[in-house]
Amino acid sequence: MLWLMVFLVLPGLVLVVVSFATRGAYGQLEWDFTIENYKRLMGFSLFGWTADYIVIVLRSVWVAFVTTALSVILSYPLAFFICARPERSRYLWLTLVIIPFWTNMVIRTYAWFLILAPELPLAKLASYFGVIPSGNPLYPNAFAVYLGMVSMFLPFVALPLYSSVERLDWALVEAAQDLYASKVRVFMQAILPQTLPGLSVGIILTFVPAMGMFVVPDLLGGAKYMLVGNLIQQQFGASRDWPFGAAISIGLMILTMVSLQLYRRRSKEIEFV
Amino acid sequence: MKRSHPVITALAMFTMGFLYLPLLAVAVFSVNATRYGLVWRGFTFDWYVKLVHNEFILEAAWNTLVLAVVSTIVATILGTVLAIGMDRFPWGRKTNTFLDLVLHIPVVIPDIILAAALVVAFGLLRVTSSLFEPGLFNMIIGHITFQISFVALVVRSRLVSIGRDVEEAARDLFASTPYLLRRVTIPLLLPGIVAGAMLAFTLSLDDFVISFFTAGPESITLPLFIFAAVRRGVTPQIHALSTLVVLITVIMIVGMERFTRK
Repeated sequence: MLWLMVFLVLPGLVLVVVSFATRGAYGQLEWDFTIENYKRLMGFSLFGWTADYIVIVLRSVWVAFVTTALSVILSYPLAFFICARPERSRYLWLTLVIIPFWTNMVIRTYAWFLILAPELPLAKLASYFGVIPSGNPLYPNAFAVYLGMVSMFLPFVALPLYSSVERLDWALVEAAQDLYASKVRVFMQAILPQTLPGLSVGIILTFVPAMGMFVVPDLLGGAKYMLVGNLIQQQFGASRDWPFGAAISIGLMILTMVSLQLYRRRSKEIEFV
Repeated sequence: MKRSHPVITALAMFTMGFLYLPLLAVAVFSVNATRYGLVWRGFTFDWYVKLVHNEFILEAAWNTLVLAVVSTIVATILGTVLAIGMDRFPWGRKTNTFLDLVLHIPVVIPDIILAAALVVAFGLLRVTSSLFEPGLFNMIIGHITFQISFVALVVRSRLVSIGRDVEEAARDLFASTPYLLRRVTIPLLLPGIVAGAMLAFTLSLDDFVISFFTAGPESITLPLFIFAAVRRGVTPQIHALSTLVVLITVIMIVGMERFTRK
């Protein structure tokens, strides 16, 4: 516990303190306490108000949201499919989902470079429709970021969801079908409530890290599609502006906490319905 | 037996393809003879042979291994102690809630925040000692910090599931606390501890963000190396390296499955 105190709680507090400090001319820390860094994050700068940082933050939330939604949509069929396999091959399929889960994210991200390369059909198709100039790869752009993000986080939803689907009481589903419930209704009222525990875990496991992701947007998004993660990395790397970086991190932390809290309240409501 | 609808099967296959196509592409192009571009020029293992002669890669591999082994050992010990302490020691209700919250932080927050916090903290510690220059030592500390939580959570769930009956029986038979720990609690916990250690080891091998923020020029790990190389431009050698890393991951997962299913 002492270790966590020293290397987790303490750095956390230091981060808060530093976020109120000022950046010196050479990137060193100066202890003039201001809220300048937070004002800057909100868009107030020397040259009046800009939306740049807010756009980046909102975009991160949006990307995380879309990533989570797409992963959930793709995970349901996958979970049902695996559950319908016979016992023996089920483990095989499950292992096949676990492997990407544990594979290094740098590798899984850059692997898309190959799929989106100019010589391959996807990029050819896009250039045929005039989306990109011919001979160019299909990255970096927003599309590539979504592609990378969904493939990155899909197992995070699929695995917890599977554990819920596995325990699904099919009698309820069949009862609903016998009573002529529409397919949508069967899903919403017989399947969704039963798989909610796994789904919640999956959503949290995806949404929270997706907001702080920086490898995928860095490699597949390029400078034009920056997310909060890249912004933080930039402050600690090239810009050497620790206080601002710390302020953004705290901002992201607050955002995480708020969304977790919101989510918790929402899911409680769902339980009561 | 339940059967899945053809549409579901098709969608599931699509999703699996979505997960594996990129990795397969990397593997395929790692045995492609051409240096540039993606045209197939015949099969070769040259890129793998060249890997072994690249001392940067060998050094990165060595760093990765040292980092993973050292941090896993420390984190496993500390995490186990933490789990036993939290579960078996009569903490007050409030303290317990607080400890629980702290324990979950590294699991829940985006890892970039932990990385940022570590950078800042190490930056300030550097004033007192040069030990905290960016490098392997810092990376080990960073890795231990997030590994502890995972180990402690795994071990604690095992503690809860074995219950207290056996321990209380031993107590009734006048077992001293050290004897109890050594002969009863630890042996019972062993599967949990090993599972936790394996998890920690995989997490460390897999980690990019924490390493990226705390690494120095002398302590490049494989993920960092691949990242840097990819930003300069992808080469077949990188494909070969990545394929090997993926293979190691697969072997570890299969090993872990074997172990936990017994």
